[in-house]
Amino acid sequence: MPDRSEASLSPRPVSAGAPGTVPNMDAGQPAVEFRDIDIAYGKFVAVRDFSLSIRKGSFVTLLGPSGCGKTTILRSIAGLVDISGGQIMIDGRRVDDVPIYKRNIGLVFQSYALFPHKSVFDNVAFGLKYRSVPKPEIARRVGQALDMVRLPGSEKKLPSQLSGGQQQRIALARAIVFEPQVLLLDEPLSALDANMREEMRVEIKKIQKATGITAIFVTHDQEEALSMSDRIVVMNGGSVEQIGAPEEVYERPATAFVADFLGKANMLAGTVSKSDGTTAVALAAGQTVNVTSPRPLKPGSRVTVVVRPQKLSVGPAGGANRLSGRVVSTSYLGGSAIYEIDIGGKTSIRANAPINGRIVREGETIEVGFDPSSCVLLDENGQRIS
Amino acid sequence: MKPARRKEEGRWAWRLTGFVTLCVYIFMFAPIAATVILSFNASMFGGFPMTGFSLQWYGKLMANEAVLAAFRTSLWIALVTAAATTAIGVVTSFALVRFDFPGKQVLSTLVILPALVPETILGVGLLVLIKAVDQPRTLLLLVLGHILLAVPYVVLITQARMVGIRRVYEEAALSLGASRFSSFREITLPLLIPAVVAGALLAFTISFDNTSASLFWRPAGVETMPTQILSMLKISISPEINALGTVMILVTVGIPLIGGVVMQSLTRLRRRGEPKEEAR
Repeated sequence: MPDRSEASLSPRPVSAGAPGTVPNMDAGQPAVEFRDIDIAYGKFVAVRDFSLSIRKGSFVTLLGPSGCGKTTILRSIAGLVDISGGQIMIDGRRVDDVPIYKRNIGLVFQSYALFPHKSVFDNVAFGLKYRSVPKPEIARRVGQALDMVRLPGSEKKLPSQLSGGQQQRIALARAIVFEPQVLLLDEPLSALDANMREEMRVEIKKIQKATGITAIFVTHDQEEALSMSDRIVVMNGGSVEQIGAPEEVYERPATAFVADFLGKANMLAGTVSKSDGTTAVALAAGQTVNVTSPRPLKPGSRVTVVVRPQKLSVGPAGGANRLSGRVVSTSYLGGSAIYEIDIGGKTSIRANAPINGRIVREGETIEVGFDPSSCVLLDENGQRIS
Repeated sequence: MKPARRKEEGRWAWRLTGFVTLCVYIFMFAPIAATVILSFNASMFGGFPMTGFSLQWYGKLMANEAVLAAFRTSLWIALVTAAATTAIGVVTSFALVRFDFPGKQVLSTLVILPALVPETILGVGLLVLIKAVDQPRTLLLLVLGHILLAVPYVVLITQARMVGIRRVYEEAALSLGASRFSSFREITLPLLIPAVVAGALLAFTISFDNTSASLFWRPAGVETMPTQILSMLKISISPEINALGTVMILVTVGIPLIGGVVMQSLTRLRRRGEPKEEAR
């Protein structure tokens, strides 16, 4: 089978901790595979050269800002968007020319899209009806699906009688009840309010694990992506920026875009001043910091030091690299506080630090520090140095 | 209720507004009222003063074979027109709203155009066309003409509703395994029903009421209700015409009213609690 190292997914057990899931899944056969997909609307190219292979039973998130092509890719799996080049395979079967209603995929929409004139039962039973499942079996499986989304007994209700969160649960039940090969979720949480969103996040993940279904999730919300996914595909402008496990993408962003989009990292521009054993970078802001570089760098080359706000410790005790500056703003978050610190040279950095002792207020001078190993170096093109 | 208006002039302004409103309504409904009231007049002259209450004109109407024939003709034509026009309207608006194709703008304008062209011109035009291809004036021609007149309105109504039915419902149905036809039948059409009902009622009324174009198109010896009334008027203003007029008012006002009530309750049931679509 294809060896696309940039795209192959983690060797994580397919259905870890989920009893009753399908055993013996062929690890070599990806559930969904994209080969050099191009999607264009007229002259506008929405997706360029997209390749990805998704392991059975995994939860993969397409993450990116609006217009990055993530929804387009999702819709191309469903058959709602035609691809202009490349191949899409589901379970090894090429589906580019298979009409949507024969693709056997479950689709959950941002706006729920429950049929407003049909009862909950008829909504959930819809997919089974078109698969010629006998009636008693339909009733049994609808009941099972409603149990799974924790809305048993709601068969007779109309969608309009349910809250947004309940509607989305029904939509989820409708999409999984016929055991599709892939479950596609198109920003399913963004129409919900914040509390409901968090609850549904956990719920969707639980159901995905319990059923062992392959899920592809589209979102622009980095928190959702980080908390739910086995793999995250970070996209920008129609192409892939990075593919990796959540912690990998967060801790070792491959590009400046990924570093900035996931968690707003501090990006400190500088020049390599010394490169024997440890690498020293003279920052544009004036200070010099020591960093760990995966390979020796030529003195004089321009780099960007990426440090997460959480990696900066505030106060005199922490970190090998010291930066001092004046606090421009303080946001108190309860357990921690976010400081914006002007370190000179028109550069300000953000530090998110737990509060021990007292909160530092605007106008005060503080020191922040970080370890040489807790940062990532980007070259002048914004690519991670490795 | 209205907040108390203390100023004298305010009170007068309101009285004046009320008076003018009343006048407008009298102006609008007096002819209708006169027709209805006079249809119960015992006098054989179709005018005031009333000489007594009587249903004799309705009795005469029921016995008038020509009127009954015209009524039946009009009813059939209106029913066929309503059915055909609604079908055309639904598929046309589905095509115009759901698909992109070259010439879509032109087509959508052309569909509405017959509503803007004076009816007399349409009447003459169809007649000239029929003559040109050497065909006789038949009942079918009359029905086709009525369909031509009603299609623009029905398309406008169904199109407005179709725009409001989010495509995502159809996409959901397709993703669940329904073919395009099944998803139309099971999802789109039921959601479109209020517009279908409204369109059918409007088409029915347009056809049932039509006078001028029907005068051009009707085959020899065939009368519709309006043309029948017209030819009766040529003889005299008989109170029978008032009775006939009252029946027509009942049909053309009553049916849409009933339909409207039914439709509203349907719409209310379905519109409740639909989520807003957010930009992605």
